[in-house]
Amino acid sequence: MKILLNDREEEFFKEVLSVDEMLLLKKFSYKMSIIKINDVLISKDQYNSTFIHDGDKVQMLYLMSGG
Amino acid sequence: MRFAEIKAHLSRFRVGIAGAGGLGSNCAVALARCGVGTLVIADFDSVEETNLNRQYYFNDQIGMLKTIALKENIYRINPEVFVIIHQKRLDSHNIPEIFSGCHVIVEAFDGSDMKEMIIETVQLKMRGIPLVAASGLAGWGKSETIKYRKIDDTLYICGDESSEVSEGLPTIAPRVGMVANMQANVTVEILMNLR
Repeated sequence: MKILLNDREEEFFKEVLSVDEMLLLKKFSYKMSIIKINDVLISKDQYNSTFIHDGDKVQMLYLMSGG
Repeated sequence: MRFAEIKAHLSRFRVGIAGAGGLGSNCAVALARCGVGTLVIADFDSVEETNLNRQYYFNDQIGMLKTIALKENIYRINPEVFVIIHQKRLDSHNIPEIFSGCHVIVEAFDGSDMKEMIIETVQLKMRGIPLVAASGLAGWGKSETIKYRKIDDTLYICGDESSEVSEGLPTIAPRVGMVANMQANVTVEILMNLR
C-alpha cells in the first residue's frame, strides 16, 4: 500500500498496518508524539487497534522539551 | 491593509496562552502589541532569576507569579488588551473550561509530556479550535532549521522538531523568541482569516 506520511509518499509491503506496526517499521521511537490519520488524532491506547490503509494521510509529530 | 484596520479586526478575538514561560510570555507580548482583544493566560509558576535569559520579565519581578507579572507587562505595552489570568496547573480536565471561547490556543509549555497532553486534549475535547504548538527550539544558531508546519486546520507546529533541551543545550532568548514570535505570527494569520 501507498500512504502519504508527513506529506511524502511511502510504500509498505502490506495491505493494512496497525499504527503500532508502522511505528516499528519506521523505527519511530520517541516517547512523546502525536499521530493523526486523515486529520483525526489517534490516542495512544488505540495504536494497536487503529489501522492504516492504502491512500491514507498520516501525520507524525515529535514533541521536544523546551519552551 | 493599514495597521489600524488589522488592529481593529484582531481586537474582536480571544487567544489562550497555555504557559507563561519562554514561549508564552514572548508570544503573548507580540499578540498584545498587534492588538488581539483578549488574552487568556494560564501558569502556576513564579518568576525566577534563571528565567530572565529568555522570558519576558524583569529583574524586579523575581518572585512574582508569572501570570500577574505578565499581565502587568502587557498593560504597560498596550492597556487596551483585556488580560484574563489563571494561576493553575493545566490538565486535561481544566483546559476546555479555562480556554472556552478562545478562537486560537497557543501551546507554550516546557515539557514534552505537557505538550502531548494539551494537543490531545484540544484535539479530542475542543474539536475545531486551532492549536499552535512548538517543538524543537533549544540551543542557538541553526536559524535555517526553524520552520512551521500546518498539520491541518486545527494543528500547527513551529520549531525545528528535533532540538531537545538539555544541560548542554539550554533554551535561550534568541531561538525561543524566534519560535514564540512564529507562533504569534501563525496565530495572527489564523485570526486575520476569520470573519
